[in-house]
Amino acid sequence: MEYLALDNLDLALGGLLIVVAAGLSIALHLGLEWKLLIAAARMIVQLLLVGLVLKTLFALTSPLWTGLAALFMIGFAGREVMARQEGGLPRLWSYGIGTTAMLMAAGLVTVLALTTQVRPDPWYDPRYAIPLLGMILGNCLTGISLGLQSLTRGARQGRDGIEAQLALGADRMTALLPVLRDSLRTALMPIINAMSATGLVALPGMMTGQILAGADPMEAVKYQLLIMFLIAGGTSLGAIMAVLAGLYRITDHRHRLRLDRLTESDG
Amino acid sequence: MLSLRKLCRPGLEPVDLDLEDGLCATLEGPSGAGKSLLLRAIADLDPTEGEVFLDDVARTSIPAPEWRQRVAYLPAVPGWWRLQAREHFADWGAASGLLARLGLDSALGERPVRLLSTGERLRLALVRLLLTEPRVLLLDEPTGPLDSDGVAAVESLLSERLAAGAAILIVTHDRAQADRLAGPRYAMAGGRLSRAA
Repeated sequence: MEYLALDNLDLALGGLLIVVAAGLSIALHLGLEWKLLIAAARMIVQLLLVGLVLKTLFALTSPLWTGLAALFMIGFAGREVMARQEGGLPRLWSYGIGTTAMLMAAGLVTVLALTTQVRPDPWYDPRYAIPLLGMILGNCLTGISLGLQSLTRGARQGRDGIEAQLALGADRMTALLPVLRDSLRTALMPIINAMSATGLVALPGMMTGQILAGADPMEAVKYQLLIMFLIAGGTSLGAIMAVLAGLYRITDHRHRLRLDRLTESDG
Repeated sequence: MLSLRKLCRPGLEPVDLDLEDGLCATLEGPSGAGKSLLLRAIADLDPTEGEVFLDDVARTSIPAPEWRQRVAYLPAVPGWWRLQAREHFADWGAASGLLARLGLDSALGERPVRLLSTGERLRLALVRLLLTEPRVLLLDEPTGPLDSDGVAAVESLLSERLAAGAAILIVTHDRAQADRLAGPRYAMAGGRLSRAA
């Protein structure tokens, strides 16, 4: 199999479909034409920039620049965690907890994969490091934001029961154990579902990409399996760290429930 | 003896108070006056300033879970965290004696807590608390929704605890109950505690 490169004309032809869709939107008065075109334009600019950055990074193969790119990605993922908290931990805390947990979990899993399983030379080769980290990070971030949100919501809703246990002499870990379990279950549900449904509903994006790029399907499957293991491991690790850190933040050293440390919420 | 020294928090002015063993102090006052805040503050459920001593041992020198086992707090609306009533007890069998004293059938344990009446839940929570044999009891209107038989049963249990050397602080709006319990009487208004006549 040969890799089939696309030229600009191929892309322009594909892009015509967006123009057709915009035309339909005008004809049917859907009012979506500008949204479609702007979104498409954003995508073009963003992906071209990412392509340029990756090309430069790959050419440099520098541990410093690769590391900086990784930190930038983690910082951005932390912002996402922060944006997805409603009536939960204050922004700085969810950012701090999210970023730290992802740095440790996703970072650890990526480095482990690079040094023991994928083994590019050098191990920090950005062609492997950056896409791997990106995929692990994307899932880790979903798990962590779901986990933290579920923790703070559960603590609010279960407040009377939690304080009843504390008042009977339970420590904070015991009193919050049901909430902790629920939060981790919520955090891990997407990755569990993804593992059980993968291949049946749709081919995973990365596997599709490898197959299109000419890889043997079995080789692509092996890569996909490894990636799913890494993602599941990273997400579990990250969610556990983040939810535990969150639990310690919404309680204090005298085993009190400290909902006053959360931001205001309607619910 | 439980001693509060300048115990305060927002909404609660500094409180100095001694609760003697074997006495049941009563606390009255309009809602929102800070009665529950005071009980929660003693149980260390909210951050406070000042210090509390139990038999001259400072609260800060005792781990919080241990403190709350000795100085037990019963809120006016007790909390639940499992489905069935009996799941809230470490040993449901050990509760049967106290349940019977309060007129509760132990078959109640199989039922979901949310289907029990307010009075049943309150008595269950009281039994749950008494089973841990606390030194000090902080009770927020423990007889509010009970009928006169229920009130008498709770009061007789409390007087046994007093005889065994416990100290009790109880929030009540019932003057007759305060008379029966015959301990020192306090009143709370606007976050300030005073000795009542």
